[in-house]
Amino acid sequence: MSETHEIEEGATPAALPLDAWHRARGARMVEFAGYHMPIQYEGIIAEHLWTRESAGLFDVSHMGQLMFSGDDEAALEDALEALLPANIKGLAEGKQAYSILLNEEGGALDDLMITRTPTGFYMVVNGAVKWDDIGHIREHLPDAFTMNHMEDRDLLALQGPKAVDALKRVVPGVDKLYFMEAGSFLWGHEPLWVSRSGYTGEDGYEISVPAAHVAALADALCAQPEVKPIGLGARDSLRLEAGLPLYGHDLDATIDPIQASLGFAVPKRRRDGGFLGAARVLASIANGPPSKRIGLKVEGRMPAREGALIYMGDQQVGVVTSGGFSPSLQIPIAMGYVSAAHAALGTALEIDVRGKRLAAIVTAMPFVPNTYVRKGAAK
Amino acid sequence: MTRYFTVEHEWIDVDGSTATVGITDYAQAQLGDIVFVELPAKGAALAKGKEAAVVESVKAASDVYAPVSGTVTEANSALEGEPALVNSAPEGDGWFFKLTLSNPGELEGLMDANAYEAWVKSL
Repeated sequence: MSETHEIEEGATPAALPLDAWHRARGARMVEFAGYHMPIQYEGIIAEHLWTRESAGLFDVSHMGQLMFSGDDEAALEDALEALLPANIKGLAEGKQAYSILLNEEGGALDDLMITRTPTGFYMVVNGAVKWDDIGHIREHLPDAFTMNHMEDRDLLALQGPKAVDALKRVVPGVDKLYFMEAGSFLWGHEPLWVSRSGYTGEDGYEISVPAAHVAALADALCAQPEVKPIGLGARDSLRLEAGLPLYGHDLDATIDPIQASLGFAVPKRRRDGGFLGAARVLASIANGPPSKRIGLKVEGRMPAREGALIYMGDQQVGVVTSGGFSPSLQIPIAMGYVSAAHAALGTALEIDVRGKRLAAIVTAMPFVPNTYVRKGAAK
Repeated sequence: MTRYFTVEHEWIDVDGSTATVGITDYAQAQLGDIVFVELPAKGAALAKGKEAAVVESVKAASDVYAPVSGTVTEANSALEGEPALVNSAPEGDGWFFKLTLSNPGELEGLMDANAYEAWVKSL
């Protein structure tokens, strides 16, 4: 039996601070983004469903945590706005935004989260491309500004409808945050940077913690009855149901944000340009992109996976970039790119899987409704 | 009836010229939650070492190769509605297909249960 791994091959994978912690809890470890990472503990479906109904703890310490600072705050805002299509000037302290790092040609080098802190800006980038991101940013960021790669901090995500109950018992006060807000909280004497955000479509938190204390924090969180550790396998199925793109699969350097159906990452204030790659992005807004990222519900039970070709009759109109079986919906779901003419919701398409044509319908994402706790929304 | 095992983590029950094929408990544990199994059609001629079935877990699709050559006489229709049988009963109700052996000599060199168990422990 041969298994088609979707895990990127690294030269010599490094151990993250929680490596022994994962192994002690029965995790199966795989290589991912240059690290040994837990793909599952008890099983992907059980972990997925647990996260949807309770709370799951994810070790995402492979991701890059960057801190930007400089004496002249307005100049730092300008410098970051030259790099990103985000509304950095309009980002209040403790507010977080999703953004996309673009190359000169308007292609996505990575997607990321950026937050204004009391002393500058905090950014979280994908683990698999963090070294390239750092090189790109350093090349384009004026020397007057400091970029600190915080390799001494780990990152945990606690996700699910009961994440708030579990976390506020361990770190009092976090329930005061709303979706896409962040702040500094004390856990005993240790300062944590906590944001109410994540990659599952559920309410939840991401917690930046000094690496020396991550195991103790992970223990404290898993001691809560709502919390179990969750592997990368369920992280992938959860984010797919949530309609969130995975960099390197659903987003890459050939894709612009509009094509990726991530137009919200280019807010109105930035639609006059002034950021790297703006020419293509603005043209994509003005003329419409040639192809678009869409969601697909697939008929039957056979999953359509990355690389499967999408057809309208005899004509190939797209390709699947992520796909699998949805544990919550119990049907196969996928995302992919199709030519703009076939991207409308409800369009009936076919996907070729090993010579079989599977019927698929263009479907709004998220596939599973998100449960974010937004400020001002009725509870 | 004799049960043989392969290094590809398949088991084969042989009864005269008829063989029943499935994947081992070790294989299902490695694959994780199985959500779909694509089985060969009745009458399909399988050649040893060639693709015979595809197992889809949540995370990936995996090929299952024919451990011996033969003609498929039956595919396990229970797996259509309940692919998780491969997880819960891999070496029983979760069997994949039955075939008529076309070259029984291919069974030589396959492992018995003790040899397979020892080999899995060495992995």
